[in-house]
Amino acid sequence: MKQKDLILYSGLIILGLAAPYLFSAFKVQLTYLCVLIVLAMTWNLQGGEMGYNTFGNILFYGLGMYLTASVQVGMFFPLAEWTESGGEKTFVHTTAQYFQGIGVGLLVSAIVPAVIAGAIGYAILGLRGHYFAICTLGLGIAAGEIAGGIEIIGAGQGFTTPPFPAEIVDTEARGKFFYFLSFALLVGTFIFVKYIYGSRFRLILNAIRDNEDKAEAMGIQTMKYKIVGWMCSAFFCGLAGGIMGGLIGYIDSTDVAFDGREMGVFMVLMAILGGKGTLWGPVIGATLFHFFKEGLWTLILGWQYVALGVLIVVIVVYFPEGLMGWLREKYPERFGEVIDEKDRKAQVELK
Amino acid sequence: MDFLIFKAPMLMVQASLDGILLGILFALIAYGMALQWGVMNIINIAQGDLVILGGYIAYTIYLWGIHPAWGVIISPIIMFFVGWGLYKLVINKVVDRDLFISILATFGIAIVFQQLMNFIFGADVVVAQSEYGTTMLFDNSVTLPNSKIFSAFISVLYAIALVIYMRKSKLGRAIRATAQNARAAKILGVDTEKVYAATFGINAALCGIAGALISITLTLHPYVGLPYTVRSFMIVIVAGLGNLPAVAVSGMGLGLFEEFADYILGTEFRIGAVFLLLVLILVYRRFKLSKKREYLK
Repeated sequence: MKQKDLILYSGLIILGLAAPYLFSAFKVQLTYLCVLIVLAMTWNLQGGEMGYNTFGNILFYGLGMYLTASVQVGMFFPLAEWTESGGEKTFVHTTAQYFQGIGVGLLVSAIVPAVIAGAIGYAILGLRGHYFAICTLGLGIAAGEIAGGIEIIGAGQGFTTPPFPAEIVDTEARGKFFYFLSFALLVGTFIFVKYIYGSRFRLILNAIRDNEDKAEAMGIQTMKYKIVGWMCSAFFCGLAGGIMGGLIGYIDSTDVAFDGREMGVFMVLMAILGGKGTLWGPVIGATLFHFFKEGLWTLILGWQYVALGVLIVVIVVYFPEGLMGWLREKYPERFGEVIDEKDRKAQVELK
Repeated sequence: MDFLIFKAPMLMVQASLDGILLGILFALIAYGMALQWGVMNIINIAQGDLVILGGYIAYTIYLWGIHPAWGVIISPIIMFFVGWGLYKLVINKVVDRDLFISILATFGIAIVFQQLMNFIFGADVVVAQSEYGTTMLFDNSVTLPNSKIFSAFISVLYAIALVIYMRKSKLGRAIRATAQNARAAKILGVDTEKVYAATFGINAALCGIAGALISITLTLHPYVGLPYTVRSFMIVIVAGLGNLPAVAVSGMGLGLFEEFADYILGTEFRIGAVFLLLVLILVYRRFKLSKKREYLK
């Protein structure tokens, strides 16, 4: 079993490292895929493991995007003048400045969202069930509307992130840089989530999901664990946002950063499609969803949002357990569930 | 304080009147939300999009050359069947399930509605001209469009009619019985499936009325549905389910808040302020409730 795992993981890592050379034309799509998987996995920590269905992780994603770009610019040039000039660039980052900026920016965009999640966690995570869902939905949209009114980060006009340094001659370099950055994030997130899956922390989160009052009565300080869980999600969502901002090159408050209508729904949908509360579910769900999206979006141009809405309804109404849940029902032995044939027959007879 | 509104007292009167008239309209939408929430235990994210759809029906009538005020009669009739169809198609499968399922499913419906409206009616901001003129008060320093007074009047009229209908009619009694205890109502011979469908239809009809009124007082755009959903949700959680006077009062309160926020913070933060208020209300509610369950600390 251990050896099988080792082969699987090393195979995937080799595939991941080779992917930008094998599918050279799809580097941007592959970067998107990595970021989508990260978002789905971190959503799964909340929605799947903890039972707190959030629409608000988009808040951290958008924050990370704005923070990375702001730090990257603000470290070397006055931020207000940069955003005011819009597309016309009077300031140009040198290669060293660019990479220093994005490094520090990503660091900030990981830590600040996590701190914010910790700060608002006590107030927000006390809400239960649908109140939490609606509250986080409100948070995400409020953030987008407010960011659209703040002058220094471009307001409604948008924020152009620093262009990739022109001194690097290799035209492939930009795509490769962002791909490997997002792939590293993906590997890091996966290792972290896998570690959580094997730890006591996950059991506590599951206890909170199954019956929070009972978990509290058993002596678990549920609030503490809920906040820590949310901070972990915020950390990775912020990083994902920072990378996406650099890749897209342009930040708009409601259409790119706090994009509740697309990204915010995608992450929920991907996790549910793959199967909530499983390690591999979100990965498979995100991959399937991305292939579906890229394959069909162009065929049904203009109708993609209708298709998205219908997809949400169909998945939620007919497959709430997702792909992994379906597989689990079909092949329970594969998931380590032992079925006592005698007991099962007895139950069937009872029915 | 360097705000214009505090310098000119007449602006305050203006904002208050605008807010109250607008709030009555919000309360009508919230009443529909409270109805379906109380009876079927679902939260409908597509509520605002039903409102906008109702508005577009009134706008279509206006384009045909009929006065848009007729929309308050035609739009609810069409919307009732839209709601009924929606129930039979999707909602009946999520009624007994987890609330989050209904939130996500109606979110999907909302996206479909938005996009279809975008295809059919275009992405422009439209308004139906009622040509009712304006009333001037206090030496012309406060202007009040008559269409707003008309819309508040119609809202109150429909709300009263619905309350009487709920009290007196057979279906109204069946709906109230189902809200109290669906299982007991079923045992006593109430066709709960039909009650649910009718409830959702009535809710959609209320949205249709509100939408028709919005088409003459405010503006319509395919993507502005969600703020209406959030407003009605907010009004319902502040007022509580099945408390109609409280719904009216908190609706007006929200209208006032919005108008004042508009003057003080600026129009670009108006929607942001609404969503932020939602978060604040929920957080306040959470701390208030957490005091009650101290035994679990």
